[in-house]
Amino acid sequence: MGVALTRAAQWTTASSGTGKLEITPVNESLLKEILQFVEQFSSRHPQEARLVFKEPLQWTTSLEASDFKTEYDISGPAVKSQETDRDGHPMLQLTPPSISVHSFSQLSKIVQLATDKKLKEVRACLEANRDPIAKMLGPSFATVEGEDSSVLRLLEEVKEGDQAKETEIKVKLIILLQQLDTQLLSNSLKQISQWVPFLPPPHSVYYEFTNGCRTPPWRQVHGEICYLVIKPCDTQPLHITCSTAGVFLNGGIWQEGEENAYDRTSDVYRDLVTLLKSKSPHFAENINKQVGFHVKQVAGFLRVIFALPITPRSTDDKKSKKNAVSEKFAEAQEKMQKKADVSVSSLPGRQSKTPGGVGGADDFSESSSESEEDEEQPERRTESNTDLPSEYWQIQKLVKYLKGGNQTATVIALCSMRDFNLAQETCQLAIRDVGGLEVLINLLDTEEIKCKIGSLKILKEISRNSQIRRAIADLGGLQTMVKILDSPDKDLKYLAAETIANVAKFRRARRTVRQHGGIKRLVKLLDCVPDSAALTEEQEKDVEVARCGALALWSCSKSTRNKEAIRKAGGIPLLARLLKSPHENMLIPVVGTLQECASERSYRIAIQTEGMIEDLVKNLNCDNHELQMHCASAIFKCAEDKRTRDLVRQCEGLQPLVTLLSQADNKQLLAATTGAIWKCSISMENVAKFQDYKALETLVGLLTDQPEEVLVNVVGALGEGAQKPANRATIRKCGGIQPLVNLLTGTNQALLVNVTKAVGACATELENMTIIDRLDGVRLLWSLLKNPNPDVQASAAWAICPCIENAKDSGEMVRSFVGGLELIVNLLKSTNKEVLASVCAAIAKIAKDEENLAVITDHGVVPMLAKLTNTTDDKLRRHLAEAIARCCMWGSNRVLFGEAGAVAPLVRYLKSKDTSVHQATAQALFQLSKDPNNCITMHDNGVVKLLLGMMGSTDEVLQEAAAGCVANIRRLALANEKARYG
Amino acid sequence: MAEMSAMNRKLIQNLAETLSKQVKHFNKTEAECLIRLFNGLLGDQSDRRVGNGLDRGKFRNILHNTFGMTDDMIMDRVFRAFDKDNDSYVSVKEWIEGLSIFLRGTLDEKIKYCFDVYDLNGDGYISREEMFHMLKNSLIRQPTEEDPDEGIKDLVEITLKKMDHDHDSRLSYADFEKAVRDENLLLEAFGTCLPDAKNMESVLSFCP
Repeated sequence: MGVALTRAAQWTTASSGTGKLEITPVNESLLKEILQFVEQFSSRHPQEARLVFKEPLQWTTSLEASDFKTEYDISGPAVKSQETDRDGHPMLQLTPPSISVHSFSQLSKIVQLATDKKLKEVRACLEANRDPIAKMLGPSFATVEGEDSSVLRLLEEVKEGDQAKETEIKVKLIILLQQLDTQLLSNSLKQISQWVPFLPPPHSVYYEFTNGCRTPPWRQVHGEICYLVIKPCDTQPLHITCSTAGVFLNGGIWQEGEENAYDRTSDVYRDLVTLLKSKSPHFAENINKQVGFHVKQVAGFLRVIFALPITPRSTDDKKSKKNAVSEKFAEAQEKMQKKADVSVSSLPGRQSKTPGGVGGADDFSESSSESEEDEEQPERRTESNTDLPSEYWQIQKLVKYLKGGNQTATVIALCSMRDFNLAQETCQLAIRDVGGLEVLINLLDTEEIKCKIGSLKILKEISRNSQIRRAIADLGGLQTMVKILDSPDKDLKYLAAETIANVAKFRRARRTVRQHGGIKRLVKLLDCVPDSAALTEEQEKDVEVARCGALALWSCSKSTRNKEAIRKAGGIPLLARLLKSPHENMLIPVVGTLQECASERSYRIAIQTEGMIEDLVKNLNCDNHELQMHCASAIFKCAEDKRTRDLVRQCEGLQPLVTLLSQADNKQLLAATTGAIWKCSISMENVAKFQDYKALETLVGLLTDQPEEVLVNVVGALGEGAQKPANRATIRKCGGIQPLVNLLTGTNQALLVNVTKAVGACATELENMTIIDRLDGVRLLWSLLKNPNPDVQASAAWAICPCIENAKDSGEMVRSFVGGLELIVNLLKSTNKEVLASVCAAIAKIAKDEENLAVITDHGVVPMLAKLTNTTDDKLRRHLAEAIARCCMWGSNRVLFGEAGAVAPLVRYLKSKDTSVHQATAQALFQLSKDPNNCITMHDNGVVKLLLGMMGSTDEVLQEAAAGCVANIRRLALANEKARYG
Repeated sequence: MAEMSAMNRKLIQNLAETLSKQVKHFNKTEAECLIRLFNGLLGDQSDRRVGNGLDRGKFRNILHNTFGMTDDMIMDRVFRAFDKDNDSYVSVKEWIEGLSIFLRGTLDEKIKYCFDVYDLNGDGYISREEMFHMLKNSLIRQPTEEDPDEGIKDLVEITLKKMDHDHDSRLSYADFEKAVRDENLLLEAFGTCLPDAKNMESVLSFCP
């Protein structure tokens, strides 16, 4: 209890001698503990309780004679106990207000008598007796910082004296007191961590001394417990010393060696909060708003960057290994600090001054096909240390054996650690927090294969936790594990690969693996020949090595550059070979990697040309949903290519895909399956097959109550299917029109693109159009023109075309959309070619209604169309020409087009290689040729020769338009001659 | 002289023939090579007359130099395990038999062998005391600790908790076997008594 009292208890003055115990939570819990100890002492240890103290404990009491009952002689205000020592002196004496007590039995009695004043009594007693043990057992047992030789002294006494019995009791008492001491210290440590919940970050724990201090021993004698650097958002970083005397600012302790850095540079504050209140106005302001203050709640306002590391001064020969660790760990800390800097700079009210961003620009040079796992998730520290589970202490002990044991002890400790539930976060974080990760990673650098295996078996499990992953990467674990991949030991290889697979779940880790040559080595692991026949033990291990290699590549393949690296390392043929494996647990990572990499064209080609489609299709028929999902997903990505779509059909992969639609509960699988069906439907041969398998009927059923990722694909597939007239009817008959129209109100842009396309395709059927019209679908489509996404705008405009074509009274309907015509004309200002083409197509439809044509003319459609004529894009040219042809039908638009310079560019369209451009252009020219000036322009631009050629076309519309135009030009020429020559 | 060595060679070949049939894992050529290695280690003729094999000291040297073992007590126990007839010499047959476990042993054979090594008094159990004895040098002692043996005692308890399946505070062969099967790393739980891969290679490299 001596150490606890001097070290943990908070005294008003730091000096020894008399002082007051402050009223703080730490002290209160200390007092309560001591009180409990004293209260139960005489019943638990009756023999020890009777031991007479060397000197009585004396203090000023609030007890009075009336408080004492039997067993005491009361004379006036004075009281004497009936219990006496061998010489007849009473064990307790009260002469108010002073009391003196000679044994624990009397102490126990006092606290029992004192009832509600007992805490006060204990406090008074301790305040008056700063070192009670010295009084109880003699001055040689006084608590001296940094040494404890009390037991040795007792041994000396045993040698000297012959009062064996008494000494034995003394020994017991000493042991009891020491137990109390330990208990008090550990409890007060918990208290301290309660008010500084972020106090023990993992790194400093490496040097946590058994007494709980995190300071070098020569500072512990000054009562210093730990050092913190706190960066408030409104002031300079605060370098803080937490000591038994309180908390104060120091001279900035960064590393050992600077002695005066430890000096106090501020007043001493009773606790961290008080200090922060006085140093950071922002903190003070916010903390005052908190009622029932909890530090946790202010965690948002400040971050403890880290508790400083310390290196013990004393050197011994075991140090070299530890130094290597501390170097690594300083590196990691630097990184930590950078990270913390960033998190701080993002706080309100602080100027961002992140030095060079997070780890430089390289971080962002890499794209990933998958959304990053948890890249920017803030470090989550153990929130509250109040109830450290028992596992924590057990694991701490095991880590101690790992550090200080030879191979045998290390292996035992590693095996024992594996008996903890390593899937549980408590255990995972406990290993990290007691410095276990550093040791485990260090072990990987040794020559001891067993230690490496044991360490990897643990790392493999705990690296499922994202915080642990980060810590492993920070400690340089990936580099070591990549090296292990070269080991001849197969167990080591597969364990390292499997752990890499777990760690490489975030971008930085994946980059580290690549930069240290990990991809090449992992690809090499794939090089085993799986034999479907019975395997020997060794072959089985080879397969396991390959499987774990594939797992690691799967994780790594989420970064684009790694996909490239896998390909360059020759991974594709090896993956293709493993794809023939009969084992699902091998196939899952292999197909997983392939489908991940299929985002790259090179892989899509390889999957097609190396015959992998056949294997993918084969595995669609297996009964493992995960594998089926990856296969479907690979097909989804690859079927953008026509040849691949054909292969899927030829390998009879379409039917299994349709069958998989029945697994509607597994949404990931459903998304992959519907995606594959969608992309395969781009080929009409496949659509015919799907028709046979009644795929559309099922797909329509999936239009409601599905996640968006499924809906996008389902609607995409329906949109492709609806290109066939029979399927449009099928969709209607299955009740698909209404849910499709309903989806037009959504917000997911990919979904909107597909829905508009599907609705547009359906609208080409009159019966469908009636339903769409009734559901006000055209208005919904029209309002999507306002969507900011050009893809949605274009797709909506395309869909509007068949609607106007097929709707009853479409002119009237279009006019009823307030501002609708102006909206669509204004889209001609878009810079997106697809939007322009689709809007021109829609304008061509709109302009069929004379009244609407007048309106759009008023909105300036003519100069806007004319402005677009210089385009070289054939799709736009075609629809632009259509629109111009239609718009010529109103007022003086023909003349205006000519004046706006639209004619000459249109003549050039006739030289386009796209024949569909010719037809529309000829029609536009025919309309324009009704104005003489346009005829002149056309003639000057050599239109006649071009049109003459087209008059011989098999396309009758083109023929007629070309001929009409030539006729108009000819007629003008004749009239001209007539005028000139009479 | 040439006759002598020719005769010698014949003898060795015959012996190898016989032993390779008696001992698992080695063919005749390998057995022959290991016999030669044995003879080489035995030294000159005069010594050979003294006993009929490698004595404790010589054998321990081999364990130390060739197989990288360091723990005296364990090396003694390995000697006892090799010396099946308990005559304080490892005969050529015992040598080949021992090496067959060392170099080619199956897991079963190794479990049996390690258990024999660790069962110091040969009573069929590895007791708490035996464990303590074998582990006592496995931790770096902290002079600050009250009881420097506390760590070792704790290690013994951890091991018992892990391996003593029938909870009788000692490891029977069945306990040991089950624990090692569950976790192969525990095969040499109480000290290195088998060569590692590197040392094995160096021995096998003697053979052509």
